Amino acid sequence: MTPELGHFALFLAISLALVQAILPLRGAAIDNWAYMRLARYTTWGQFIFTGIAMITLAHAFLVNDFSVLYVAENSNSHLPLVYRFCAIWGAHEGSLLLWVFILTGWMTAITLFSRSLPEAIVARVLAVLAVIAIGFYLFLLTTSSPFDRILPNIPADGADLNPILQDPGLALHPPILYMGYVGFAVPFAFAIAALLSGHLNPLWARWSRPWTTIAWCFLTLGIVLGSAWAYRELGWGGWWFWDPVENASFLPWLAGTALIHSLAVTEKRQIFKAWTVLLAVCAFSLSLLGTFLVRSGILVSVHSFAADPQRGLFMLGFLLFVIGGSLAIYAWRGRMLTSENEFSLWSRESFLFLNNVLLFVAMLTVLLGTLYPLIVDVLNLGKISVGPPYFNIMFMPLMAPLFILMAIAPLFQWRETPLKHLRTKLLSYLGIVISLATFLPLILSIKITLWFFVGLCFVLWVLLFTLHHGLTWKKWLKPRRLLLSQWGMISAHLGIGITALGIICSIAYSQQKDVSMAPGDSVSLGHYLFQLRTVNPIQGPNYQGMQAAIAVSYQGNPLKVLFPEQRFFPVANAATAKAAITAGIFRDLYVALGSPLANGAWSFRIYYKPFIRWIWAGGIMMVLGGLLAVGDRRYRRKEVHERLA
Amino acid sequence: MITTRRFLNLLLPLAIFLTILIFLWIGLYRNPRIIPSPLLNKPIPEFQAKTIPETTRLLTNQDFIGKVTILNVFATWCAACQAEHSVWIESRHDLKNAQIIGLSYKDSSFKVMNWLKQYGNPYDQIMDDPQGQIGINLGVYGTPETFIIDRQGIIRYKFIGAVSSADWEKTLLPEVQKYAA
Repeated sequence: MTPELGHFALFLAISLALVQAILPLRGAAIDNWAYMRLARYTTWGQFIFTGIAMITLAHAFLVNDFSVLYVAENSNSHLPLVYRFCAIWGAHEGSLLLWVFILTGWMTAITLFSRSLPEAIVARVLAVLAVIAIGFYLFLLTTSSPFDRILPNIPADGADLNPILQDPGLALHPPILYMGYVGFAVPFAFAIAALLSGHLNPLWARWSRPWTTIAWCFLTLGIVLGSAWAYRELGWGGWWFWDPVENASFLPWLAGTALIHSLAVTEKRQIFKAWTVLLAVCAFSLSLLGTFLVRSGILVSVHSFAADPQRGLFMLGFLLFVIGGSLAIYAWRGRMLTSENEFSLWSRESFLFLNNVLLFVAMLTVLLGTLYPLIVDVLNLGKISVGPPYFNIMFMPLMAPLFILMAIAPLFQWRETPLKHLRTKLLSYLGIVISLATFLPLILSIKITLWFFVGLCFVLWVLLFTLHHGLTWKKWLKPRRLLLSQWGMISAHLGIGITALGIICSIAYSQQKDVSMAPGDSVSLGHYLFQLRTVNPIQGPNYQGMQAAIAVSYQGNPLKVLFPEQRFFPVANAATAKAAITAGIFRDLYVALGSPLANGAWSFRIYYKPFIRWIWAGGIMMVLGGLLAVGDRRYRRKEVHERLA
Repeated sequence: MITTRRFLNLLLPLAIFLTILIFLWIGLYRNPRIIPSPLLNKPIPEFQAKTIPETTRLLTNQDFIGKVTILNVFATWCAACQAEHSVWIESRHDLKNAQIIGLSYKDSSFKVMNWLKQYGNPYDQIMDDPQGQIGINLGVYGTPETFIIDRQGIIRYKFIGAVSSADWEKTLLPEVQKYAA
């Protein structure tokens, strides 16, 4: 009975969404206060009813109700409780429900944090979000219901969750990532609301910024978690594969980063209006496109959900409606977005303009690479795959100018900054960077390649300038008196520098060995010695396997014992390896257990990965930067507005 | 007043999106996982193989010349091969001018002989490929796979996966008849 309640709750939610999509829009057009206010109440209703749907699905998993098809396909009575719960979003139908639930969450947040916004704006924003929600509710109620039953032959037990997903990463990565994906619907809605209203309120950018930044923070965190999870789970020591589904999350991130910066310009200088509105539409469109690509079977990926052309058609229709519709509205109303202020070549506006150009081109490059196999196939030119060689060659050179500009942009004022004021500073820092890049490796006596030297220069350039923005040389690096939003910028840019440092160090200095070891054998990698002690069978709740005990020592001193495993899940009929990692600030040691060889030996892969945690630490700093920026006082000041349409 | 250029600028994003959408729509009806064999319309690679059961004679490319051949790559350790086995047994009725040659891929001849004794032997000849070397040269990346080779020894068709009766009647048999005629 309970799953049917959840199904019914979705019907109630879609009814409310229909009301929310129509009446508040009408109310904003004819200035009817009641109709506009209605949006807030229908939002809470949607949140409650979608929440009920989530709860009933969770309940079905928790009590092992295998009469529900989705539970039977993704769970098992021996599956540990936490994964039974997380299996809600382990496959297509449930993750769609999570998507729309998070959307109702964002809608509710808007009702709570919009006291300083005119009612008409709130009404239009919520109406646009309701239209998007309707699309997802329809999807859930027609082809993709998680509440379908298998009757009368209820299976005795379920098919178990995909073993790769049985990892703590499943608890965090999808919900946080979805908070980001879905979150970009909010700036999208603000953009459409502005276009529909017929004029772009000067405060539009200020209202959009905190929402955009928070969504961006979640997306960044989601990508960081996904990368760390892949590293831990897949056993190859890699953390980014340019897989189509990874790209599906990176594309909105690139557009979102450009959007954050573009909004800053629009807020301060009232220019780039048309571009910012378009970019807001673009970021969310990429988010939706990503959702489509992952579930339609159109691209080959390790991440993709099971494909079904019928679902693909539905989503395509939805994309046409939402993206096509918003771009049509842009074409219709866009002419009102004109800008008047001027700026000179050497100004902050120029730098942010270049920032947007570079990020947008980078986004297009990744988009092209991701869609290229499809384009080639449709044009009957053959079957190809596009992988890291393309992406690395195209993406890295775009990041280089971005790094150079990112560091020095804050030095430039709005409108105009004569270059000669900054010339000395720029040149002297260039000198410091090059000297540091040359002498640091000499002092630390590590060999470097030209490639690494160049990369290090870029990293130091960003790090030094960004530190300069925050600290003064006088009084021994005392922090400057800055606004929270400026600290946010510093933290985020430092984060990028640290991520880049982690990337170049781990690429340049990673070591790896494929070895065969029998108990008692040992192998050395750098200053570390790995000795295999035992390989024993193990038993888990829903798996059995083999576990190796490897003693690691550093220059003769015992460090730790690692336990890499091979796990076989009989119900799912699949095996995964669980790598053993000992993490450190400056290096990771990573051991993966392979297959048994002759004479009681086993194959192992051992990695030494220096600075790899810095890649994700930098990402966390970026998230922190975004949160600091949102905390800035100007967003918390309540401003009283005239009732603007 | 809005200039033509401004108007086109406003319409451009929509136009680009609609183009992408068309590609996505067509792409829905394609299967990205089907990869055509690079050996299509090329001669079968040179090889020499022992037979199962082992005789003094070795099978070579010459055995593929003069008759249309169905080359079925199989293994006893492959569940899907067991599933399609009965289709091959049945197919012998339809074959007048063609021969079926099996390729035992990464398997032991002993196991293969037992398996065929138990389930029947549809093959005119069986090539033994315990290391999978011939398979690699043919571009085999999974079992079962079936090739249709014409009288001149040119590979004309590749079917990946288990062959059902429907697949045999509707897809493979017409191809065989095309080249056997």
